[in-house]
Amino acid sequence: MNTIDPAIDQPGMGEVGVEAPVSINHTATVRRDQRETVGNITVPDPRMVCRNVNVHYGEKHAIKHVSLDIGSNEVVAMIGPSGCGKSTFLRCLNRMNDTIDGCRVSGEIRLEGQDIYDKKMDVVLLRAQVGMVFQKPNPFPKSIFENVAYGPRIHGLITNRSEAEEVVETSLRRAGLWDEVKERLDQPGTGLSGGQQQRLCIARTIAVGPEVILMDEPCSALDPIATAKVEELIDELRENFTIAIVTHSMQQAARVSQRTAYFHLGDLIEVGETDHIFTAPRHQLTEDYITGRFG
Amino acid sequence: MSTQIEGHTIHRYDGELRVLHDMVLNMGAMAQRQTLSALQAMEDQDTDLARKIIERDQQVNEQELRIDEEIVAIIARRSPMARDLRAIMSMSKAVTDLERIGDEAARVAERVVRIFDNDGPGPSASLTRDITTMGKLVAAMLQDALEAFRLMDVERAERMAAGHTELDAEFQSSLRRLATFVMEDSRTVGHTINVTLITKSLERIGDHARNIAEYIIYLVKGKDVRHHIREAGDTD
Repeated sequence: MNTIDPAIDQPGMGEVGVEAPVSINHTATVRRDQRETVGNITVPDPRMVCRNVNVHYGEKHAIKHVSLDIGSNEVVAMIGPSGCGKSTFLRCLNRMNDTIDGCRVSGEIRLEGQDIYDKKMDVVLLRAQVGMVFQKPNPFPKSIFENVAYGPRIHGLITNRSEAEEVVETSLRRAGLWDEVKERLDQPGTGLSGGQQQRLCIARTIAVGPEVILMDEPCSALDPIATAKVEELIDELRENFTIAIVTHSMQQAARVSQRTAYFHLGDLIEVGETDHIFTAPRHQLTEDYITGRFG
Repeated sequence: MSTQIEGHTIHRYDGELRVLHDMVLNMGAMAQRQTLSALQAMEDQDTDLARKIIERDQQVNEQELRIDEEIVAIIARRSPMARDLRAIMSMSKAVTDLERIGDEAARVAERVVRIFDNDGPGPSASLTRDITTMGKLVAAMLQDALEAFRLMDVERAERMAAGHTELDAEFQSSLRRLATFVMEDSRTVGHTINVTLITKSLERIGDHARNIAEYIIYLVKGKDVRHHIREAGDTD
């Protein structure tokens, strides 16, 4: 077992975009007051670069000095027990935490080199670039067609009906849903099955041409067959998108991701190739969690 | 072993792995008894014992099937990960080696029957000397491997996997000696072939014992040392 120093809260960290950003280098640096992450946090071709990210909910230090690259065209799985901070970290990646009262994010998160917490950053645009799929499918109370066309329209990506039709068909095909819904595009999205609704939400996300898709337990409300379809879809989407997925299912993490990050009490304990994490993890906490010895 | 397989939040999982480990140890004891009995049958020229060994091989095979069933059930029920996955993989592979040890012991027993179940003169003591020497080495290796497997003692397994080069060396020199016997007196060809086959079986049992030690290293350390240790230690 590795010897690790207990994480110590570090007061006075500047908010992202307020303090001058620290320069990014692609080697893992570890502060003396933080838990050392086991494994390589960097990748050769990062799409998002997170350095020394901290999240506080009021007095609670929910994410502690987390640094992690998210590579292009890879699926990164984030696992860990409830309350470990994996969803909180995920939500930092497209500033979903901005809407939570008392939530402070510090550190640095860059998308293609751009500081996403910069004051000049258009958050609406950011959330198109970094889309999100939630645990519970949440289609708009509109037709299947409008569910997909709405985003591109408000972002000015489409200007007429024929462009909308093209985007809707392409997105639904990419989401593996086209053949199932092409005859009933005018029917409500909420009338689809749970699995279809979730794939509709994925189609809606990719319709605006994101670079990164965040998925927060996207299959936890789905049956095994619907889950398999979404997992198959994740594998296909990886060719064009970068995906970060939070999941409680370790089998799912093992099936869909190339890298896995294990969070524990706000610390990023270990990150590594998924095949390695699930056969021979290096950190005792990771091993205890994935073998069911946690708690 | 307890630290390797216990401590799950689901206690029944601990129990299932304990039962599996006990079944493998039981099979190890069966394979060990078969090997030692085959050596005893050779030494005592005891064809009755040899026939019993051949018959008992079926019990070893049946134990392999029972363990395989248990392993499949645990994988289906628990989807083992990390250390548990390595433990199950190691036990599954060890079972294959134990079954083959049983097969080799039965082959030795078959040769004992072939050599002694006739009215002709048996092989000379000098011709069978290598069997005695190699038999002692094999018995020690098997004991080491099974004890390391019982305790999941990685240090013992590492010593075992890296050491015991004597058996291979002994086998090579026995081949040279046995060839000399044939060249000197062609009437010994029949016995020499049987003795050669027995020494080959003993050499194989040694290899299987070493495999078991390597699985322990994989289980405990997550490091696959197969081929590396042997190649590093090879003197040929």
